[in-house]
Amino acid sequence: MRSLRLPAALAALTLAVTACAGGGGGNGEGSGEYPRNETLYTTGTAWGPPANWNPFMQGQYAVGTVGLAYEPLFLFDPNTSEYVPWLAESDSWPEENVHEIVLREGITWTDGEAFDSADVVSTLEIGQFGSVPFSNLWNFIESVEAVDAQTVRVTFSESRPQEWMNWVYSHPIAPEHIWGEKTEEQIMSDVNEDPVGTGPYVYESHTDERLVWERNDDWWGTAALDYEMKPRYIVDLVNASNDVTLGMLQQGQVDLSNNFLPGIDQIINGNETITSFYDGPPYMQPANTAWLVPNTTKEPLNDPAFRQALAHSIDMQQIIEGPYSNLVEAANPTGLLPLWDDYIDHELVEEEGFSYDADEAVAILEDAGYQDQDGDGFVETPDGDPIALTLEVPAGWTDWMEASNVIAANAQAVGINIEAQTPEFDLLVDNRNSGEFDLIINNERQASNTPWTYYDYLFQLPINEQQTTVNFGRYENEEVWSLVEQLAAVPADDVEAAAEITSQIQEIQLAELPAIPLWYNGMWSQANNTYWTNWPSEAEGAPKSAATLWNGWWQLGAITTLATIEPAGE
Amino acid sequence: MWRYIGRKLFVYLLTFVIAVTINWMIPRFMPGDPVRSMLSRASVGNPEALQRMNDYYTGVFGLDTPLHEQYLAFWAGLLRGDLGVSVMLFPQPVLDIIMRSVPYTLGLLLPAILLSWIVGNRIGAFAARKKLLDNTILPVGYILTAMPYMWLALLLAWSLGIVAGVLPTAGGYAPSLRPEFSWLFISSLISHWFLPFLSMFIVALGGWAIGMRNMIIYELEADYSNYLQALGAPTRLIRRYAFRNAMLPQITGLAVQLGTVLSGALLTEIVFNYPGLGTLILQALNNRDFFVLQGTFLFVVVGVLIANFIIDIVYVLVDPRTRVQMTGGAA
Repeated sequence: MRSLRLPAALAALTLAVTACAGGGGGNGEGSGEYPRNETLYTTGTAWGPPANWNPFMQGQYAVGTVGLAYEPLFLFDPNTSEYVPWLAESDSWPEENVHEIVLREGITWTDGEAFDSADVVSTLEIGQFGSVPFSNLWNFIESVEAVDAQTVRVTFSESRPQEWMNWVYSHPIAPEHIWGEKTEEQIMSDVNEDPVGTGPYVYESHTDERLVWERNDDWWGTAALDYEMKPRYIVDLVNASNDVTLGMLQQGQVDLSNNFLPGIDQIINGNETITSFYDGPPYMQPANTAWLVPNTTKEPLNDPAFRQALAHSIDMQQIIEGPYSNLVEAANPTGLLPLWDDYIDHELVEEEGFSYDADEAVAILEDAGYQDQDGDGFVETPDGDPIALTLEVPAGWTDWMEASNVIAANAQAVGINIEAQTPEFDLLVDNRNSGEFDLIINNERQASNTPWTYYDYLFQLPINEQQTTVNFGRYENEEVWSLVEQLAAVPADDVEAAAEITSQIQEIQLAELPAIPLWYNGMWSQANNTYWTNWPSEAEGAPKSAATLWNGWWQLGAITTLATIEPAGE
Repeated sequence: MWRYIGRKLFVYLLTFVIAVTINWMIPRFMPGDPVRSMLSRASVGNPEALQRMNDYYTGVFGLDTPLHEQYLAFWAGLLRGDLGVSVMLFPQPVLDIIMRSVPYTLGLLLPAILLSWIVGNRIGAFAARKKLLDNTILPVGYILTAMPYMWLALLLAWSLGIVAGVLPTAGGYAPSLRPEFSWLFISSLISHWFLPFLSMFIVALGGWAIGMRNMIIYELEADYSNYLQALGAPTRLIRRYAFRNAMLPQITGLAVQLGTVLSGALLTEIVFNYPGLGTLILQALNNRDFFVLQGTFLFVVVGVLIANFIIDIVYVLVDPRTRVQMTGGAA
């Protein structure tokens, strides 16, 4: 029986391991363990190991760097469309091109230094370095001065309050005594591993798989705003595969997941402890619009009639019920998010907006001279040239890959020859930026304080050799761009004046369709209520803030979610 | 003997040079620019600012020099143990990142390979003697070895992790723990290690058991076995001889299998989100971090070469015939 010794030993090891795995789940406040009932476990934001905590390295900083550690002057509440004073106490516009911001008193940096107007001035001045992502502010800022310790006065050479207010709430203030003396190169490559901020959390530790924030018990907001941050620790895990995330969420190892998890609707319906914002479809709140972007420099996509026909050919319901199983909603024909409802000209949309109608698509094609002359089932251009277009989505983005197949099939059904392709993400970005594509799907612009950000995304001029962030379709229309610039100059709180301009923009937009709005991508957010409850939901009395750790959303009110969730069992 | 080792070394060195060259070529001839994709995440609006950031980082990663210079610089760096700087974890050196993952992968691989080999051989040898065992172990073995690593891993994670809830299914240790030298942490390490280990162990086990069973049956019917039997030698002795002879092809098999086992390990790590090289490769791919990818592949290639070399030497030590042949050849 000699040869059975090893298997026996293995079996014993299995038992031992199972035993200690069972025993390891204790909840004591041991030295090496984060107490479960005071710790919030999150995932869904970090796609790679945490790399830096530098608030100026936009898009690369670790989860919570801006929001938990560094804070902006204001928040923007998308539910009320109001600016919520945060580091600032109040603001005023003494003249049309002068913005005066009064800061709260008694705020300190986590290293003990006082926060004052010099920090705001220095942060803005760092933007004068060309490689800082917000350096374009200095195209219209004339000067920034500290009137006194609590007051900052910003004077504009060109008045663009909508664009300016976007910076004010989305960008954080960094301490002058740490960042003020740094060179451009230091600022753009500083890892900044123990960030000194003003925020409710401080850096605790990190590994390649996770990042831990610990509550800052001296945070100014507890006294000034009566916000008490409930979780003592926030442990954010780097994204794993969907299966792993789903497993951890169901097992209660993760409290909040901000991943797109196909099939989550079944779990929300079947499991009492897993919740999302809505109890039924679409389950999630909208976060941004997914657009079908045609390259308007190429034939026949440069023809508005052709784009109209394409828009009419897409059966959005098929995409929503198919790849998304009702986790998203169709976008408004203007593409504006529901939070901008006041800016949508509903009458105009009623008359001019497109909707799925295959017959209409065929009719539009015929009227514009697109006919199938060679009998291959697909239309040719009025000159008789064959049309063969490709629709590119990144390889591996499964929901978009399926959606692109639906779009291609829909278009082929009305005679437009579109083929879906899935290049590597990198290659797609290269093609997109240099304008070497036919059609792509894109959703890079997020919800914000003003629809100006969406119109900037659609219409910005001039067209550069590389279009890296906006107007990928290279749509050139001076008239509408000047309207967008007028919109930027409307005072931030004047919704009526803004709506008047957006209505004019929409008239052109709906006629020209420089990009075709598809669906509202959800703010994927599913919570396990075993350890933390009172998550934001549609229910009456429940908080309505965003429950997400995505960059940019803290400033849209997600930070307050940390103060409203409750430990379970209390 | 030394000539044998020398010849082997030369072949391995050649393989290494080719592997490094291919490794160096892949990121540079792949579509897409790693620097630009790193910057595209920053969504910088200003084209001038973007150009300046692009130039800065291209310089940092050494992508602005002619290709032959990049190639020489790569070798020079390699010999100094410098694999460049990571894109996703800028500005950390690639080597540091890889070294953090290596212990996890080795901790999975070595026990899984060695234990499955030892246990598999024993079970196989055992099965060859008993009809009843043979009838059960053989089909089970075939099923196990035909199983893809990833599939078994998913099955185990689902059954033991999610449904039974006995073992954790993701990570290297519980996210609620701080890494430190304590019983709590070490037990967490072990319990997280167990499922990935088990799934690799089980798949590899079947192959070895079948191989060994066949070899033993073959050896027991060989002339020398029959001769020994005719001389009236005890069955125990004959079986011992048969077992030692049957081991030799199994050692060769181990060398051949290493690559498969390794790629299986990488997939298994991804299923269990185990923080080893496999998960690192996935993260590097997701972030288009060619420098980490390149470093990791290099590490894997070197590892396989070293392991093969060790097996080559072991083979000489274990099999007296090769030894005699070689000394005979040298004389």
